[in-house]
Amino acid sequence: MTTPHASGASTPNTGARPHSTISFKDRAHDRLNDAKVQRAMRNFNLAGARARGVLDLENLEDIRTSAAAIRDRSLAMLDVWLERFEREATRRGVTVHWAESHDDINRITVEIAKANGVKKVIKSKSMVSEESHLNAAIEAAGMKVVETDLGEYIVQLAGETPSHIIAPAIHKNRDDVADLFHEHHKTPRNNDPAVLTMEARKFLREHFLSADMGITGGNFLIAETGSLVLVTNEGNGRMTTTMPRIHVAITGIEKVLGTMEDLSCILRLLTRSATGQSISNYITVNTGPKQAGDSDGPEQMHVIIVDAGRARLLGTDMQEALRCIRCGACMNHCPVYQNIGGHAYGWVYPGPIGSVLTPNYIGLEKALDLPHAATLCNQCGVVCPVKIPLPELMRKLREKQTERGLRPWQERTGLRLWSWLAQRPSLYGLATRVAARLGKSVGGAERTIHRLPGKGWTEGRDMPAPQGKTFRELYAERNRK
Amino acid sequence: MFLKVGLFVTCLVDLMRPRIGFAALKLLESAGCEVVVPEAQTCCGQPGYNSGDRPAAQALALKVLREFDDCDYVVSPSGSCGGMIRAHYVELLAELPQHADAARRLAAKTYELTDFLVNVAKLEVVPGRFPGTITYHDSCSGLRELGVKTQPRALLAKVPGLELKEMATPEYCCGFGGTFSVKYGEISSRIAERKCEDITTTGADAVVLGDLGCMLNIEGRLRRRGDSHTRVYHVAEVLAGVEDTDGNR
Repeated sequence: MTTPHASGASTPNTGARPHSTISFKDRAHDRLNDAKVQRAMRNFNLAGARARGVLDLENLEDIRTSAAAIRDRSLAMLDVWLERFEREATRRGVTVHWAESHDDINRITVEIAKANGVKKVIKSKSMVSEESHLNAAIEAAGMKVVETDLGEYIVQLAGETPSHIIAPAIHKNRDDVADLFHEHHKTPRNNDPAVLTMEARKFLREHFLSADMGITGGNFLIAETGSLVLVTNEGNGRMTTTMPRIHVAITGIEKVLGTMEDLSCILRLLTRSATGQSISNYITVNTGPKQAGDSDGPEQMHVIIVDAGRARLLGTDMQEALRCIRCGACMNHCPVYQNIGGHAYGWVYPGPIGSVLTPNYIGLEKALDLPHAATLCNQCGVVCPVKIPLPELMRKLREKQTERGLRPWQERTGLRLWSWLAQRPSLYGLATRVAARLGKSVGGAERTIHRLPGKGWTEGRDMPAPQGKTFRELYAERNRK
Repeated sequence: MFLKVGLFVTCLVDLMRPRIGFAALKLLESAGCEVVVPEAQTCCGQPGYNSGDRPAAQALALKVLREFDDCDYVVSPSGSCGGMIRAHYVELLAELPQHADAARRLAAKTYELTDFLVNVAKLEVVPGRFPGTITYHDSCSGLRELGVKTQPRALLAKVPGLELKEMATPEYCCGFGGTFSVKYGEISSRIAERKCEDITTTGADAVVLGDLGCMLNIEGRLRRRGDSHTRVYHVAEVLAGVEDTDGNR
């Protein structure tokens, strides 16, 4: 693992390909003007599902407090738990690999595949593999790779990336899927979701039966038993871990939990927070490869434990972000995400958690907009199952940007000027009296301003005009009478 | 009762809607408070704080600390500015330990207006009357930083003639977010649009809320989408029955 060093001090060297600066504003603009994305986002309501899903928990807040404490405990003893996991998993026949960088993930995976003559790889969902562009690396090494989560499969056929961490194709509608399947499966076009699902099942079945290697993510690692936990709904996860000869799981260092008991608490919140389910269709605990006497399972099981920027957050004011259990509730409840979708955020993780993780993982200066791309309404913070104070973390990133002089000079000057003026009550009083009168006069008889300089406000709204005199002057007038 | 209450007017009310300040004053006085209005007050520092300019925010926080030091309570007709003082000043001034006690004292005695009227001043009778239906928007900071939810509704229930029709998602952000509304105007307007749809679906005569930032945002979007009839009021205006002398469009 890397040596922890100061957070935000420099561009993280995660070994990943150089990321270009994310032009969030333009990307958001495109999605706001894409009728299809807008229709999809209007129908998107996992927040409603969560609201119904948590109703049966009488002590939701207590469970959130416990879950946050469990995650904090994991992070406080991360080295201890990870070494314990390695020991226990190794004892049960698992090969544990440590990936310090994104390049390491790809290198290790391809090496395992090549050493075993792998021709076809199937994948269950893994967001960490999105960080390293693993599919491209596997293909570049001459192997075929097929995503088997239905949403991921759709996104792969479209040549896109997931727009949500648990609902990757949420930006697509049934007609998009019908077109994709018609084109790639060479089947008659049909846009009935049931028919499309059966078609995907049929095509994926052939891949499950013919693949040599299965790659999954890992929702959690359990230190005391050396187990890998997968939380899935479609059943593809179990096919991926049992049918091919080789199973490779890829997950971040922060995903380790001490005990099965820790897991039982976290699971109560994970599925409810994500989709409103009291439990997902499959909770799979993989402890080692196929043993003598087992009827199925892979001959080899590998776990790749990934740092790629995570360890650097330990012991800093950003550590709470590592509590994340990837339920997606923060984005599901975010008024910004709900309007622009996930692709606008420009990297692997969208929504509030993405606005915190992306600048930390790829560099503060490469994601300048992200920490600012939120109203700080704190809807994310109050639904987060592990109580990550997302608005506070975004605000801290904003401070780091200012400290490093990364904000535009107009913004910095404006804020300084405002603060300077507001510390000088007489001058401030004069300025506001002028502004109130000017605003009233521009507003005219309608008492509405239709255009303001900079157009940020009046592009989509009017500005109600000021009354014309300030409170301070009216109050002084009243007291003189 | 004779509680000495400092009124923190807020910079937006001072500049844009002084009548909200006077409405707050009237309500506090009718609750039996002795109200002082420090005349040199300006801004709580939130724009700097939320934009990452800590020193700019700290300078203004210290100014507020000085100005309201001798009040029993500080009351603001804003969950946002009230929340800034109550929920963030202690953290904001963390690296200035000499002010830590003062910051904690100020935070503990600072209230959003309706919260104060219900839970501290225990106002029984409100001066206002309102013939018509309203819907109430829960502003984010008041709701999630200060727990302001039932207080405005309890007070509005005392207003003769007023009928409350809740919208589907009253706790959904209006998209204002301070400087966010200007920096990301396009996204902000879209969020406001969803809020406006929810408001107009209720068919209420007016939307009432407790923060001027959200008011300007919601009213601005309503007018832009061609709605000239849905009124937008601050909860203090409705409770105080402040005359709508210059036409609150």
